Amino acid sequence: MLIYLLNNVVKILTIIVLLLLTVAYLTLAERKILAAIQLRKGPNVVGIYGVLQPLADGLKLLLKEMILPSRANLIIFTIAPIITFSLSLIGWAVIPLNYNVVIADLNIGILYIFAVSSLGVYGIIMSGWASNSKYAFLGSLRSTAQMISYEVSIGLIIISVLLCSGSLNLTTIVLAQQYIWYIVPLFPLFILFFISILAETNRPPFDLPEAEGELVAGYYVEYSAMGFALFSLGENASIILMSSVCTVLFLGGWLSPFYFIPSVLSFTMKVLFIVILFILVRAAYPRYRYDQLMRLGWKVFLPISLAWVIFIAGMLISFDIV
Amino acid sequence: MNFTELLMYSYSTIAILSALAVISSINPIHSVLFLILVFVNASALLILLEAEFLAITLIIIYVGAIAVLFPFVVMMLNIKIVISNFNILRYIPIGAIISIVFIIELLLIVERNLPHSSDVSINNSHNQEVIQWIYSINYVSNIEAIGNIIYTYYYDLFIISGFILLVAMIGAISLTLHINQNIKRQQIFFQVYE
Repeated sequence: MLIYLLNNVVKILTIIVLLLLTVAYLTLAERKILAAIQLRKGPNVVGIYGVLQPLADGLKLLLKEMILPSRANLIIFTIAPIITFSLSLIGWAVIPLNYNVVIADLNIGILYIFAVSSLGVYGIIMSGWASNSKYAFLGSLRSTAQMISYEVSIGLIIISVLLCSGSLNLTTIVLAQQYIWYIVPLFPLFILFFISILAETNRPPFDLPEAEGELVAGYYVEYSAMGFALFSLGENASIILMSSVCTVLFLGGWLSPFYFIPSVLSFTMKVLFIVILFILVRAAYPRYRYDQLMRLGWKVFLPISLAWVIFIAGMLISFDIV
Repeated sequence: MNFTELLMYSYSTIAILSALAVISSINPIHSVLFLILVFVNASALLILLEAEFLAITLIIIYVGAIAVLFPFVVMMLNIKIVISNFNILRYIPIGAIISIVFIIELLLIVERNLPHSSDVSINNSHNQEVIQWIYSINYVSNIEAIGNIIYTYYYDLFIISGFILLVAMIGAISLTLHINQNIKRQQIFFQVYE
């Protein structure tokens, strides 16, 4: 029993420590890549090529004074960033890094990730309400409505992929892509899924709820030091989580495209490809206005993904594969 | 008591305490958060019963969608927190009657599935069929089990529940939609196309 517990604790600690390092360096990578696109250099003062910049940022955030607003509801104010960050970490329990290299090989793996992303809305509602500030409240309401709108289309696209693969188990979905990755037959769905996860994680061009100019950073305006650190760590961790889910669903998980690339390197390269695509989209496109964003989610993405579900179901039945 | 029983008792206890906190907390947002805790504990109990698909679906739909809308409403309505002199003693008799009725119903259902001493006797060994549920489980996954019967034997219930949701949606929209002809709206298709 003790060995079993220790085994699980070591696995969980490995994932969490490596994930936190990755998230910290993702902030640096984002700034350097944005800088390269905009023909300037990013942070390069702190270490060689700015490598110690995340350390400096983390140290600053740890040592800052934690401001608690006077009329805020302190219990909920403190719990909200904890919930956001914990949910971003919990989703990593089912992601397969290689065959049988996964913490929990659930038979309903995809549904678990979908549930975790549905629960992520609560951190935002609670932080916006508990801050007792109009900017934060409006920002959190907008962000919540945006997240639940794009979750619908994420769910329908997941259903289309599940129809093709036949199981909700993430390892089975990856193994079903041995002959061809799902990005090839379901390429429009890959694009729809990518845009939906941009909107789900409040990334530009869908970042009106946390825009600097319009809403003064939206739902986390009242947070300083550790609260802000937890929110931004949680947002970056959910970016990497959604990129991994996109890789598992569409790009074939750990399956290597050429025989000389080992599996772990293949998974890492695919996740990095999608993460860098996130950053490129941030640099390239202007922001969506809020009503345009909601119109896109309900009037464009929902009908298209619903139509794709029915189309794929019809194709599978007509070719007698089901 | 092994670990599973300990988990079951702790989840049930937290669920009951949270349900009590829902109705007795002063702040309405706290009530909503305790309601979410009740749902999460109920879903944990379902996982202990090996109905994991139902548990995760409960979280996605109840906690992720329905319970999200409660804070929206609570935050939009300016609910003043009123501490009223609620005289609880007046309501104890009728509350006791209703709760006794519910407890009797629960005990009847539980008692039917328990083995009785009259089942085991020398003369009539097949007097009452005690259903041993553990031996009649066919090991398919949760989703296959639900999918096999919900679309074939119980398709009428499935379609009727879809219609109920549709009627609820149309009712809500028809009560609240005002199409104001006077304001200018964007026509995205014509603006982008030309």
